[in-house]
Amino acid sequence: MADYRKMWEDLGMDMENHDNLCQVLPTAVGDVFLSQENRPEAMDFWDLVISEVHGIRPAELIEAQKEGRKVFGTFCVYVPDEVVIAANGIVTGLCGGSQFWVPDGEKVLPKSTCPLVKASVGARLGRTCPFFRIADMYVGETTCDGKKKAYEILGEDVPMYIMDVPQMKREKDILKWKDEIAEFAKKVEEFTGNQITPEKLAESIHIINEKRKALARVYNCRKSKCLPISGRDTLLMTQISFFDDPVRCAQMCNRLADELEQRIRDGVSVVSADTKRILVTGTPLAVPNWKLHNIIETSGGAVVCEEMCTGTRYFENLVDETKTTLDEQFMALSERYMKTNCACFTPNTGRIDDILRLAKEYQVDGVIDCSLKFCCLYDTEKYAVSRALKEAGIPVLSLETDYEDADAGQLRTRIGAFIEMLS
Amino acid sequence: MGIEHFIGIDIGSTCAKTVVMDQEGRIVHRMLRPTGWSSVDTALSIREELAGMGITSDNGIVVSTGYGRAAVPFAAKNITEITCHAKGACHIHAADDLTVIDIGGQDTKLIAVSGGQVVDFVMNDKCSAGTGRFLEVMANTLAVTLEDLCELARGGGGASISSMCTVFAESEVIGLIGKGESRENIASAVIDSIVTKVASQAGRLQPAGKVCLTGGLCGFDYLRNRLGKTLRCEVEASPDGRYAGAAGAALCAMQLGLG
Repeated sequence: MADYRKMWEDLGMDMENHDNLCQVLPTAVGDVFLSQENRPEAMDFWDLVISEVHGIRPAELIEAQKEGRKVFGTFCVYVPDEVVIAANGIVTGLCGGSQFWVPDGEKVLPKSTCPLVKASVGARLGRTCPFFRIADMYVGETTCDGKKKAYEILGEDVPMYIMDVPQMKREKDILKWKDEIAEFAKKVEEFTGNQITPEKLAESIHIINEKRKALARVYNCRKSKCLPISGRDTLLMTQISFFDDPVRCAQMCNRLADELEQRIRDGVSVVSADTKRILVTGTPLAVPNWKLHNIIETSGGAVVCEEMCTGTRYFENLVDETKTTLDEQFMALSERYMKTNCACFTPNTGRIDDILRLAKEYQVDGVIDCSLKFCCLYDTEKYAVSRALKEAGIPVLSLETDYEDADAGQLRTRIGAFIEMLS
Repeated sequence: MGIEHFIGIDIGSTCAKTVVMDQEGRIVHRMLRPTGWSSVDTALSIREELAGMGITSDNGIVVSTGYGRAAVPFAAKNITEITCHAKGACHIHAADDLTVIDIGGQDTKLIAVSGGQVVDFVMNDKCSAGTGRFLEVMANTLAVTLEDLCELARGGGGASISSMCTVFAESEVIGLIGKGESRENIASAVIDSIVTKVASQAGRLQPAGKVCLTGGLCGFDYLRNRLGKTLRCEVEASPDGRYAGAAGAALCAMQLGLG
């Protein structure tokens, strides 16, 4: 592994504490990923990236900053990458997925805050994640109350811009989101010093659409009864796609999809025929949160689809590429993003439709609806989700968990029993 | 010599239960011992006891269940306690459609069984509210046995405990003692608290067929009656109820052994 200590020191990181994090990650990667049999060869790219997750990409970002480019850190699939890229900026995801960061978050946030928010704040304030140090500006959004208040705290430590996501999906809400995108574009122009032209925006819309198509191609392979890739490996691909350069991301996903499509033609599956096919739905699984997938896939199940922000919500629906003025392009962006179904909207029946559709497309045996602790929105929506699934005759298990390992035994029993129930 | 003993071992958080069935599915041996601090040691001593009865891996097949199910190195398979309790309860109660309420040491499960298959289940969260452990802690605080607690409760009423957390509930009980509340009333409040918790879980489940109570508390008639009153149905129990998980595991062993 390359030596990144100098870079981390220059970023002002808490080296001693960061060393503790670096020590546990290789074991986790070994246990969850490398122990799997018959993995696609193209996973070598993501294995490399995750093995030096705090090194390779951060070093690239720092090089880009030296050329005068700005890095925008985001926390939600509603923030349009296209706008940033059109101004020659770079987007990196910033969601915290490890218990390691939670105690630092709890120094300023109530304990009854969702672990994703606590970990994200802790990663910044504890100075133990390079991405949180590198980002020149954070872009937040109003998709949950915990985040809204956390952004106020983060805003004291780093430049923070907030996009106001509508709470309903009426025509006027789509127009409002278009205005929010246009205002964000102004902010990005100001911050980067680069003008966003229709030509540049058209180019970035195309880049992100190509990335979405590549991710969708990999997901499409999971619809096959001959399952060519595990849920864990796909989750890792999706998680890293939030951090990677979008053009390279598309290339790597297409390379993986080539191999998976060949595997399907050759009848190569990573699981035995009696493995139960599971759709997981709920709150996002930020890197390195692999707990749920790992338990499911070591209890007789295989995750074949994620109806999550780290899943189908990230890549489904494309932006119309035919528009030629900024005004039309902002509208096209708004229309695409407002198709994403998050529990922060009311009503949110579109998500139920998505889950029922995906359950059919991916030929699933059962659905696991899992939300992070203290996520009132997704937790409450479980009632409607499980009712709709039961009416459709699809077995469903509702779970709530956090980043701690303390409940791994209970989860294993529930998930194990659910999979036995499907047999 | 072929396989003629089908053994289910249920390593619970408090007790380890073992059932041996013959080829006709009759329970021929029942063994009960505290789980102690090491599930592996407990499992090994069960194996010794079985060997003393002439039951070995040559003539018997083992399926393990319960929270310590992975700690039984000689088990042919381990299966979750949800599946095993459902199977075992159907066997013991001679029914295919059941709602099983299992109050265990560290968790409470409600399982809907239809046609002998689990169709839905709910479990309490990682917390001892509404479990056997909750009752144990309260009995200790009142300086009585579990059996005495249930008997005392018959003669009480009027007091209530609002905390679901065992630790907070314990301080609430100490508060009631300090106020001079009678032990009968406190015992009754403790039982009501557990019944309320179980009933609220039951609200999340589509009940199926008759309702039966399994697990370590199935012999406590007062608790069972209170549960029935709150759920507005009759709650049945069998003396073999605490062996339901082990019996279910033995039935799974039989399926494995007979192919």
